[in-house]
Amino acid sequence: MKTNKPQTWIQTALLTIGSILMIVMSIQAGQNITLLNVSYDPTREFYQDFNAAFAKYWEAKTQQKITINQSHGGSGKQARSVIDGLDADIVTLALAYDIDAISEKATLLPKNWQTRLPNNSSPYTSTIVFLVKKGNPKGIKDWGDLVKPGISVITPNPKTSGGARWNYLAAWGYALKQNGGDENKAKDFVARLYKNVPVLDSGARGSTTTFIERGIGDVLIAWENEALLSVTDIGKDKYEIVVPSVSILAEPPVALVDKNVDKHGTRALAEAYLNYLYSPEGQEISAKHHYRPRLASVAVKYANKFPKVTLFTMDELFGGWQKAQKTHFNDGGTFDQIYQH
Amino acid sequence: MSTPIITEKKWLRILLTSISLLFMSLFLLVPLGTIFYAALQKGLLLYVTSLIEPDALAAIRLTLLTATIAVPINLIFGVCAAWAIAKFNFIGKQLLITLIDLPFTVSPVISGLIFVLLFGAQGFLGPWLIQHNIKILFAVPGIVLATIFITFPYVARELIPLMQAQGNDQEEAALTLGANGWQTFFHITLPNIRWGLLYGVILLNARAMGEFGAVSVVSGHIRGLTNTIPLHVEILYNEYNFVAAFAMASILALLALFTLVAKTVVEWKL
Amino acid sequence: MEPLIKFTNIKEKSVLPGFGITVGFTILYLSLMVLIPISMLFIKTSALTWPQFWEVISAPRVVASYRLSFGASLLGALINAVFGFLVAWVLVRYPFPGKKIIDVLVDLPFALPTAVAGIALTTTYASNGVLGRFLEPLGIKAVFSPLGVVIALTFIGLPFVVRTLQPVLQDLDPEIEEAAACLGANRFKTFFQVILPAVFPALMTGFALAFARALGEYGSVIFISGNMPMRTEITPLLMITKLEQYDYTGATAIAVVMLVVSFSLLLTINLLQWWSHEDQPN
Repeated sequence: MKTNKPQTWIQTALLTIGSILMIVMSIQAGQNITLLNVSYDPTREFYQDFNAAFAKYWEAKTQQKITINQSHGGSGKQARSVIDGLDADIVTLALAYDIDAISEKATLLPKNWQTRLPNNSSPYTSTIVFLVKKGNPKGIKDWGDLVKPGISVITPNPKTSGGARWNYLAAWGYALKQNGGDENKAKDFVARLYKNVPVLDSGARGSTTTFIERGIGDVLIAWENEALLSVTDIGKDKYEIVVPSVSILAEPPVALVDKNVDKHGTRALAEAYLNYLYSPEGQEISAKHHYRPRLASVAVKYANKFPKVTLFTMDELFGGWQKAQKTHFNDGGTFDQIYQH
Repeated sequence: MSTPIITEKKWLRILLTSISLLFMSLFLLVPLGTIFYAALQKGLLLYVTSLIEPDALAAIRLTLLTATIAVPINLIFGVCAAWAIAKFNFIGKQLLITLIDLPFTVSPVISGLIFVLLFGAQGFLGPWLIQHNIKILFAVPGIVLATIFITFPYVARELIPLMQAQGNDQEEAALTLGANGWQTFFHITLPNIRWGLLYGVILLNARAMGEFGAVSVVSGHIRGLTNTIPLHVEILYNEYNFVAAFAMASILALLALFTLVAKTVVEWKL
Repeated sequence: MEPLIKFTNIKEKSVLPGFGITVGFTILYLSLMVLIPISMLFIKTSALTWPQFWEVISAPRVVASYRLSFGASLLGALINAVFGFLVAWVLVRYPFPGKKIIDVLVDLPFALPTAVAGIALTTTYASNGVLGRFLEPLGIKAVFSPLGVVIALTFIGLPFVVRTLQPVLQDLDPEIEEAAACLGANRFKTFFQVILPAVFPALMTGFALAFARALGEYGSVIFISGNMPMRTEITPLLMITKLEQYDYTGATAIAVVMLVVSFSLLLTINLLQWWSHEDQPN
């Protein structure tokens, strides 16, 4: 009956736990240089390819091995995580407002971040189109068809999804143009559209899953790149894209997070990463992943892939994201008003 | 076992049994089967490849690590609390019991939220943590803490009624025979509660490995780094990779089934 | 510590050692892991004035989410009370093939992760799912509707009623039922007037436990519910949505409401358990 047996037993246990923790932490340190790219929902496949290409390019240029970590989720949700301390070196989100929020609430990057890179810090653009079942059984041609009774529309929740906000504003913009700029008629139109929506997923991907995998809905309002992904990849030969008469120019922006890159000492690498998005190789990869490239030389190559659409911009119809967010998506905005009825 | 006079007529028995089985099938058996069916739909090869993919392995490692830390810590606490509550009577005991039970009924989302409030960059300790370059939230420590919170009461809840039912007699006898506190605990109490303890640990482990809501709020979803198996299931699901999602889900389902079997064995020994 | 305890008479006289260290450690751990984090909720919410607080927690969308969360949890717990009782009865009293397996499986919702349950239930009950395809022609929407939420919450609460009732049903003295039969009662009368009252405290406890568990449930519901504001949005989801709009105080205000309700339910459950132990002879 050794009286020190319990003590040594406990000591051994604590020592073991402590060593495991130390080993784990040391493994996580001392790795390659890493960048964390916090992105929105549909860019998963794109950044997988882009990151591999960039790593290869950087290693060839500097003999330095790098690792790029990705995080994906609804744009608003990702911005919130960065504000709360997610150590992003780079943010590549769905709309400028979410990056503005990071700048405003956590002062991690300067207010003028959007002017630091060309094209409003959006190396590629997209737009909003419709995805329907092959053969277009319900004859969806334009926005007006979405408010018809009996049509089921799938679109995500604007409160959490960036893509959903582009969808909402695209619909609103169409109604404005149809009714000579009458805001009330536009609100009425969008309200009728949302009456036809049976489920609001939290992200763009969720909506695509609902439409394709669950078979719910007659038409999916989607990012053009998601729609193209669906017809060429996941739902091959079962869906087709319908391009509406007008749509919105969607500019998903990218930025480096100053405070974080300076803390990690990765500023040069992050800048190179972002610049690579604008390079011919980067633009090719975006075009391959169904984003509209900015670079004329690449755009010309893929001209047939992207249908011609009449586009209006955020600024011309909505006065920019700050105003649009306040009017439509904040608490008490038009989206809330539509749902209270 | 029951004599005919207090048993229902045969047709009624069959009807009631069938209804129960139907209920169980609708809610348990069919969904459980769906997991394995969907996972193996595209064949065994695809099933195995999904599991050894690097991000999947990272998720498995993180889940195991979290459980390895959370289980012993909550185990020690649970035994301690059970000793305090079962062996003594003091003012505020009922309140203590209720407080210990609190994480059990709190929504997992709230559990994650409070850690964001505490450790987030805008939170109470945020600036201090940033200053000292300590990463808790959106990193492994945050996930472990959230898991510890969620699984806090499991062992204690299991041991308290057991120890209360067993009473203090044996321990008091040991003391009169000259044993000190530690000896009494290790040679009398521990053997008596060992099956209840094991049961509590098994449940604790299953819950720690399967927690989703709280971990989702604090994780950051960094692929290959801060995704546990349940989070990875969600990611795969969102990438239309349903086979892989259900393959990972099937690991957790198998763990659950193993937990149930182990529990049955333990109960048999109790 | 010892002199303090003896002086203030906090605890009853006891021979056993270790009171100081175990209670001390328990309270320390409890404070660090539970009390301090939870107090953050109240501290953060206190930034709101009472009128502001009321406005946040009584906004139409929030109230709609309470209705759904409470309503669906209540319905799920009721379904479990009825069918759980049935399952417990059948498991305790009737022999049938596969009984052992069913008995083991009752605990599945307890051991299975919520997210896995969520995708499994959604896949099963979707209109192209194994069971959902039969409901479709009947016009019943089992996913993306309040019904889907009820299904998920019934799943979650299933073990509570069954497991609370099983030991009590097992311990029922057959002599009481025999006596009732001898006095001329048929099985129905015996059930409603003899058996049911005897197991009622345990049934209530199981019901309350299932209800409490369902209230805060998140992982299994978000896949199946559809998350439509005002219609199929549960309160925990609303909390997350507010969080993602950088509205921390809004999120914590709602969290405070849910916490107060959970805590009250917990006290009720503990009282019920105390009551049911009082009733049973030792």
